[in-house]
Amino acid sequence: MEYNVQMTVNGKAVSGKVEARTLLVQFIREHLRLTGTHVGCDTTQCGCCVIHVDGVAMKSCTMLALQADGKSILTIEGLAAADGALHPMQQAFRDHHGLQCGFCTPGMVMMGVDIARRLPGADEKTVRHQLEGNICRCTGYQGIVEAIMDASAKMHAAKA
Amino acid sequence: MLPAAVSSVDALKADSPKVWPEFGTNEVVHWEYGEAAKVETLLRSAHRVVKVDLVNNRIAPAPMEPRVVAAKYDAAEGRLTVWSPTQGGRRIQMMLARTLLKMAPDKVRVISIDTGGGFGVRSKMFPETAMVAYAARQLGRPVKWLGDRAETFVSDYHGRDQINHAQMGLDRDGKAFVLKVETLLNVGAYLSENGLRLPMEGGGRIIPCGYHIPDFYFSVKPTFTNTVCTDTYRGAGRPEANYLMERLMDKAAETYGLPREEIRRRNFIKPSQFPYKTHLGFVIDSGDFAGTMEMALEHSNWAAFEERRGRSAARGKLRGIGLAFFIEGAGSRPVEGMRVRFEDNGDVSVIAGTYSHGQGHATVYSQLVHEFLGVDYDKVRLINGDTGTSPEVSNGTFGSRSSMVGGGGVKRACDAIIVKGKKIAARLLQSDATRVTFEAGVFRAQTSSVTMADVAAAARDPNKLPDGMAPGLDEYVVYENDTENFPNGAHVAEIEVDPETGVVEILNYVAVDDCGVVLNPFIVHGQIYGGIAQGIGQALTENIVYDAEGQLLSGTFMDYGMPRAGHFSHIDARFNAMPAKTNELGVKGAGEAGCCGAPPAIVSAVVDALGSYGIKHIDMPLSPERVWRAIQESRVNKAA
Repeated sequence: MEYNVQMTVNGKAVSGKVEARTLLVQFIREHLRLTGTHVGCDTTQCGCCVIHVDGVAMKSCTMLALQADGKSILTIEGLAAADGALHPMQQAFRDHHGLQCGFCTPGMVMMGVDIARRLPGADEKTVRHQLEGNICRCTGYQGIVEAIMDASAKMHAAKA
Repeated sequence: MLPAAVSSVDALKADSPKVWPEFGTNEVVHWEYGEAAKVETLLRSAHRVVKVDLVNNRIAPAPMEPRVVAAKYDAAEGRLTVWSPTQGGRRIQMMLARTLLKMAPDKVRVISIDTGGGFGVRSKMFPETAMVAYAARQLGRPVKWLGDRAETFVSDYHGRDQINHAQMGLDRDGKAFVLKVETLLNVGAYLSENGLRLPMEGGGRIIPCGYHIPDFYFSVKPTFTNTVCTDTYRGAGRPEANYLMERLMDKAAETYGLPREEIRRRNFIKPSQFPYKTHLGFVIDSGDFAGTMEMALEHSNWAAFEERRGRSAARGKLRGIGLAFFIEGAGSRPVEGMRVRFEDNGDVSVIAGTYSHGQGHATVYSQLVHEFLGVDYDKVRLINGDTGTSPEVSNGTFGSRSSMVGGGGVKRACDAIIVKGKKIAARLLQSDATRVTFEAGVFRAQTSSVTMADVAAAARDPNKLPDGMAPGLDEYVVYENDTENFPNGAHVAEIEVDPETGVVEILNYVAVDDCGVVLNPFIVHGQIYGGIAQGIGQALTENIVYDAEGQLLSGTFMDYGMPRAGHFSHIDARFNAMPAKTNELGVKGAGEAGCCGAPPAIVSAVVDALGSYGIKHIDMPLSPERVWRAIQESRVNKAA
């Protein structure tokens, strides 16, 4: 049986028919064709699929599409400004060599934005701990941690 | 259920189940290097012999992108296109075309776009690749297979899985002079592409790893088991070789009552010994092994460690410091096609046989073209990853080779462009080619000049070319070198063990690497950090485990310990750059250094921390459970 879902994705109203078992990440990737959100595991460990649901970081592999009905979703595709200017977190990943193969990067960036929002001025140890749910195989995390700390500082300076 | 042989030790027992009963044994082959009898005699003559028995744990390469293949067959044209994350698709194309599907190679195209991590495993042909391609051709329909993570665990080749028994004989002064290494390699149930070769060719070529030990016997027994095949994983034999040498050196230090750095100082190959031929005939051209180690000791404040140990002890923690020296062999199979092409719009394309999947080739090749030809950095484009456009000779990216073969290829192509460009410029400037100079993108003769862009444009116009010269300024070179290069380094890890939980926390990590000339420090550091992370993963958290029936127990990220950000401290990476003398850029590979240095440095540090318990060694991974058990056993033994 199929159900109708409606949600806002990256500022646009979208709708679709899904099965009860359809995961949110499947809806995003396969129905909406927004393939920037990645799937790296089957067990909610890797964090490649992190998106924002009503402004909070979520693993979209661990949520049903139906649970997102009526919610506002932000994926990596919606993070940059309309004119293409990178979000400070994306720019910081670039500046700090925070990615190599790039597969974990969408989830890392979305998680980074969430860390910056929740924990302004978080120290290195805190940022590392906060990344427990995001796995990177290439970078050794050093550039990622530096990028999140740098972007966080810039995002809060911009707000002040 | 059928009986299973899971470990190489068990598989070699007489009554073990045979993976291939028709062979009558699980021993694939017994390879030997050196004179066994002579080495035995020398060992008996040694002042002291130190021995180690080591398990080099089985690892899942685990690129973050699970394995995926899609294929489409155009029946009218007889063309097959395959999309899959590889480390360079030419080999896959050739195997599909020639060996498996019996098609003309130019009818098979393999495309890789943004490969999500390689680490050796993505350079291989897998059955699913062939089956998806075959199905697409048979059905005349696009076919796609996407392995989930669990499937990737049970079908991607694994890495390591060696058991090493090593003995080293030393003289009265702690100078090693004889080495005997016996290695069992678990190859899995089938022969993979390169797995069999890794201990002897991958690791053996650098043993004794930075130390001068004149006599060496090496026995390698690859062994079939009922497990996933093993093959190249970042380092591919060199981490195993360095690990056994470093554990031997620590053992020798303990036996002689010498500091760990001092036993190494006494045994290093000295700069005056370069070029230094290893036992297996590879020639190390350069290095400053002792100097590199001294840098690592200095930057880790090694000398003042005992004071820090005391501070930790006051908090109930066991602090340890570990040192590892390693040497690598990088740039294997040094042949690669590289093309530099001038586009109509003024861009310059580097069409590479290498394939960047996170190593930053677009950045580095652009830097090089800018430096050599004076072309704006932003005008240089990298084209790679598609057998439809890649050079005829295209081996891909593996074995820390792209700086030497790709960078070197760019250099040679640019040199040829400048030679040809001078001739064209001479005609434009009404001068003689021998009088034309080239610097920073400008050809000059006396007071007049033309730019590289002018010359590239003129090269398209036969009327502006010297007589007999073919139009175009593009160059294609097949880079060849008769040797690889030998990166090396010294890593120091400082850790704390919580004796109540067995948890190891890394407090400081200093890496001093000799990667030769560093083309881009940012990118080389990135490679070093990533390699160290994988090495620390092997040392502390990662382990592929099978039960006795051959069932994989560590088949997801819930039970296979992928290292997280919180497992590491900030890594202090530095260079002691000794330019390679055997390639024009002076580069040495950087990709696999970290995973050579980290495992022995971490194990050395943890054993140092546990010294008060009399613990001399724990096999990797040094998980909290293993460390805690070792502590408990020591307490029980002391009480008994």
